[in-house]
Amino acid sequence: MPPMSGKTLYDKIWDAHLVAEQDGEAILYIDLHLIHEVTTPQAFAGLRADKRPVRRPDRTLAVADHNIPTAGQAKGVGAVADEEARLQLQTLERNVKDYGIEFFPMGDVRNGIVHVVGPEQGRTQPGMTIVCGDSHTSTHGAFGALAHGIGTSEVEHVLATQTLRAKKAKNMRVTLNGTPAPGVGAKDFALAVIGEIGTAGGTGYVIEYAGEAVRALSMEGRMTLCNLTIEGGARAGLVAPDQTTFDYLRGRASAPKAGAWDMALSYWKTLVTDEDAVFDREVVLNAAEIAPLVTWGTSPEDVVAVTGVAPSPDQFTTADKKAAIARALDYMGLVPGQAMTDAKIDVVFIGSCTNSRIEDLRSAAAIVEGRKVAGHVRALVVPGSGLVKAQAEEEGLDEIFIAAGFDWREPGCSMCLGMNPDRLAPGERCASTSNRNFEGRQGRGGRTHLMSPAMAAAAAVAGHIVDVRDFMQGPSEA
Amino acid sequence: MKAFTRLDARAVPLQIANIDTDQIIPKQFLKTVEREGLSKGLFYDFRFDPEGKEKPDFILNRSEYKGAGVLVAGDNFGCGSSREHAPWALLDFGISCVISTSFADIFYNNCFQNGLLPVVLKPDEVTALMDEAKGGNHMVSIDLETQTVTSPSGKTFTFEIDAQRKTKMLKGLDAIGETLTAATDIDVYEAKRALDQPWLERA
Repeated sequence: MPPMSGKTLYDKIWDAHLVAEQDGEAILYIDLHLIHEVTTPQAFAGLRADKRPVRRPDRTLAVADHNIPTAGQAKGVGAVADEEARLQLQTLERNVKDYGIEFFPMGDVRNGIVHVVGPEQGRTQPGMTIVCGDSHTSTHGAFGALAHGIGTSEVEHVLATQTLRAKKAKNMRVTLNGTPAPGVGAKDFALAVIGEIGTAGGTGYVIEYAGEAVRALSMEGRMTLCNLTIEGGARAGLVAPDQTTFDYLRGRASAPKAGAWDMALSYWKTLVTDEDAVFDREVVLNAAEIAPLVTWGTSPEDVVAVTGVAPSPDQFTTADKKAAIARALDYMGLVPGQAMTDAKIDVVFIGSCTNSRIEDLRSAAAIVEGRKVAGHVRALVVPGSGLVKAQAEEEGLDEIFIAAGFDWREPGCSMCLGMNPDRLAPGERCASTSNRNFEGRQGRGGRTHLMSPAMAAAAAVAGHIVDVRDFMQGPSEA
Repeated sequence: MKAFTRLDARAVPLQIANIDTDQIIPKQFLKTVEREGLSKGLFYDFRFDPEGKEKPDFILNRSEYKGAGVLVAGDNFGCGSSREHAPWALLDFGISCVISTSFADIFYNNCFQNGLLPVVLKPDEVTALMDEAKGGNHMVSIDLETQTVTSPSGKTFTFEIDAQRKTKMLKGLDAIGETLTAATDIDVYEAKRALDQPWLERA
């Protein structure tokens, strides 16, 4: 019998959380359950109907993020104009109160997008299992936590049992070697990976990101990379924790303290893939060859270098694919062969769980500083949390954005999905730092081009899609 | 949860790949606190024009597909957001089976929580079914017990499904109730973790 091969990081976290198996299905313990207003009301209603308690309110954290307005939050939920949104927010308030769950309400400086808040508070830690009724829960994998989205029935299941019934996924490793060129970062890496494997390429897998270009990323960059993992179809993304992770966590509100920190740290350091572990699939990319990327179509896999052109249906062989390309071009109002930099922009959105952290705002502000938003462009910055907003204001970033003509908003999911009043009008073209360019995602008929914060900032100034490298001084600046 | 055993119903072909959950049920319908009544938002932007008028040419609006119970769709159905409103809307509309070559992970899981059967067939089988459903006869049969789909012309395709999920679907079992039969295991696990990783325990 050949010797057993080693374990991947995913294998290790999975094994450490296995409570029991029932008929071939695992019962997996959940360390942290993040909840928000949109995907939980029916779950709490189910608990009430069956008279079931929340098993571990202390391992549950609630925020209000998806449908909150990004202005006037201090006026409170009672002042939210949208009646349905208000009812949903009030329902969450009642549920967290009834079940004793910690909650950062709208207007609390600690509130914000759930995937910004968890890490920022130090609630997200290496080796954890984390779930949330939101597909971008994969974000937390940046800390070496197994984190993924679940549906509302599963939210109810986790509330009632603190476990999830699950089947193990396969292991994929994406290695990013080399050093990226200036102007190229985590968003471009993520889009490059999705462009490579396709929007369903990761289905059935958990992806571990490795390689020197990943190691060199900050926690913010790693969160962007793991956030977009779901757009490649994979359940979760992982980056093994290292000194960057530990430095980020130390001192955060809910991070372990004193002796507990040392104990946690020694465990966290074991959270690496064994050298002899075998992955079901390996993908290797050279970060040095990745250009600043944008999406041209209506799927995150529709990726092209900013210096490139919109594709032609003729480049594809199958009738289905030709039709899909033609349909996407038509929706996006582009013609085959059109240079991406010809696409005139109406709206710029800097925000979302993908790119609304302090580093994202810094990189956008660096491009915007001393420049003006083009006259025809409506541009907004929506910080990921109240604390990100406060930090940015302390650094004077708000003044840079406002002086350039951006709207400086209060935190929330905002125009990423347009559940609140921030959305695109039909036909409007948006340079967006968010995660989905689906038809109608940011507003019916809205046209979304995904890109990095620096690229979106440059587009705001130029008034059309533009290569951020044209805005950067000197060849060595990153 | 409602059990799924057998379904004889009209199939409606929707030959688009990567149909995401934003298309299945757009954002404005997610503000409900109920599970019911979501059929009004199903494929809203496909079914209705910006003024809210029905688009007569969209396939789900055509009279011959009224009352369809099966949707035959392109690859990677249900990608995107985790919203369980997507299966809720399909069920509320009367669709309790979706056939495709592949499904996105979270949507696939959500289906099984609600008695909506996602059936994966081979590409040529989906194409054959799609072509037949475009013709005059759209009646198909799905039998979960025998794991078969029978096309309008009588062709039979078999599909794979996880045995555990199949049993639950056939009986309409409640996952929480089943997990709670392992409550002692959860107690034991929690007690051990509290000792091994005390930093995870919040005061």
